Amino acid sequence: MSVTVRIPTPLRNLTGEQATVSVDGATVGEVVKALEAAHPGIGERVLAEDGQVRRFVNVFVDDEDIRFQQGLETPVRDGATVSIIPAVAGG
Amino acid sequence: MSYVRGLHCRECGRETAIAPVHVCEFCFGPLEVSYDYDGMRGNVTRASIEAGPRSIWRYADLLPVLPGTDATERVDLGAGFSPLVPAPRLGKVLGLDDLWLKNDTLNPTFSFKDRVVSVALSAARALGFTTAACASTGNLAHSVAAHAAHAGMDAYVFIPADLEQAKVLSTAVYGPNLVAVKGNYDDVNRLCAEVAGEYGWAFVNVNVRPYYAEGSKTIGFEIAEQLGWSLPDHVVAPMASGSMLVKIDKAFTELVKVGLVEDTPVRVSGAQATGCSPISTALKDGSGFVRPVKPDTIAKSLAIGNPADGYYAIDAVRRTGGWMEDVSDPEIVDAIELLARTEGIFAETAGGVTVATLRKLAEQGHVKRGERVVAVISGLGLKTLDVIADRVGPTYTINAGLQDFQAALELGAAQHKESQQ
Repeated sequence: MSVTVRIPTPLRNLTGEQATVSVDGATVGEVVKALEAAHPGIGERVLAEDGQVRRFVNVFVDDEDIRFQQGLETPVRDGATVSIIPAVAGG
Repeated sequence: MSYVRGLHCRECGRETAIAPVHVCEFCFGPLEVSYDYDGMRGNVTRASIEAGPRSIWRYADLLPVLPGTDATERVDLGAGFSPLVPAPRLGKVLGLDDLWLKNDTLNPTFSFKDRVVSVALSAARALGFTTAACASTGNLAHSVAAHAAHAGMDAYVFIPADLEQAKVLSTAVYGPNLVAVKGNYDDVNRLCAEVAGEYGWAFVNVNVRPYYAEGSKTIGFEIAEQLGWSLPDHVVAPMASGSMLVKIDKAFTELVKVGLVEDTPVRVSGAQATGCSPISTALKDGSGFVRPVKPDTIAKSLAIGNPADGYYAIDAVRRTGGWMEDVSDPEIVDAIELLARTEGIFAETAGGVTVATLRKLAEQGHVKRGERVVAVISGLGLKTLDVIADRVGPTYTINAGLQDFQAALELGAAQHKESQQ
């Protein structure tokens, strides 16, 4: 289950400035774990101490906000795109 | 003179230098401008403010004016210092004895957004940008397009494709690159968050958002100054992202901190449309968890389903003892008419949301009869004419003869009598 993850600017120092990376995972939670394994440090930036997605981080699977779905349990199909986007914008 | 010290994260407190960045490098929390309040005390005075221009820039010392810039470099169409008017007739209907309206329909592009845009583009220019951009529900588009034209900046304005025609045309006329996106505001906003990372533009509500958001403080500053340098008891503000409410609350706190007003309690309350009420729902259900929604309301200027400042709005309302409510589309339109007919102010749907919510809060006892209440009317009704198009129109349509007019009047009087029976 290979997925493409779009990395926001503030995290690119952890991915060698790559804007997208490929990892394996069947759920968003697994994708985050795989990201942390491949690029140590990303995990604590995306997840808060309680293990949930930080409140100012939005995660989308194929353009759909995971908070409209099953959060970190949201399934990710093979070839999907997961986007991590800072929530603080707009208004 | 600049009292700006840098930026800090509202979530984790980490500090960072002045730059076009809006989220904390570490936790993605929102960055906020830091000021030297001790330096302001005694130097920023009622007199120094009153000697300034009749615009938001009279409060320049309390705004993110970047070090090394001067007044001639501002992007200024004259936003702010809008009237604060007593509203006794509306107050009577709502059961409020001391109601005031902050009439922000009177701004260069007819909404409060001119405040934030003037501040944002002034900062953007100081930061070296030559292109202005934004994600907008309409009012911001209008304002960014106008201010960019005035400043000779290029503009990229992103809007949902289904926006009211008045907002589309009144933006397009200034000649920006107007990008109509097939999706709702949250889709547009998400796109812009990504575009902002790829292009070197000043997105007023993305990468220069810390400066932009500070502009809304001027609503609070003006209310206090216009009340003779005193604070009201209660302010009711519309909420889209929640930023305006948060910044009005912050303005009062700053005025006290700098010694410009006496420290008296001000409650702040928030207004949303039920069709897009993620913030009021989170407060009312007690969870405090802002769950994003897909907006479905005529109040398109407030239709942000994923509000960036929702948590801080809830914090401000809880801390001050205010409340939040939300109102249906029919209640919004009724309130637009009520406001127009009692006070002569024609508001767009967001103003209808505020007045209808105020009505509800007064009925519930959250807003009290004797309180000095200020309701923020944030934009002009001509922007959303469609919502009243099937409700109001000519009373009589006649030929141009005196007898035609007299006959119409008599018929009208008879019909009125009949309807009273």
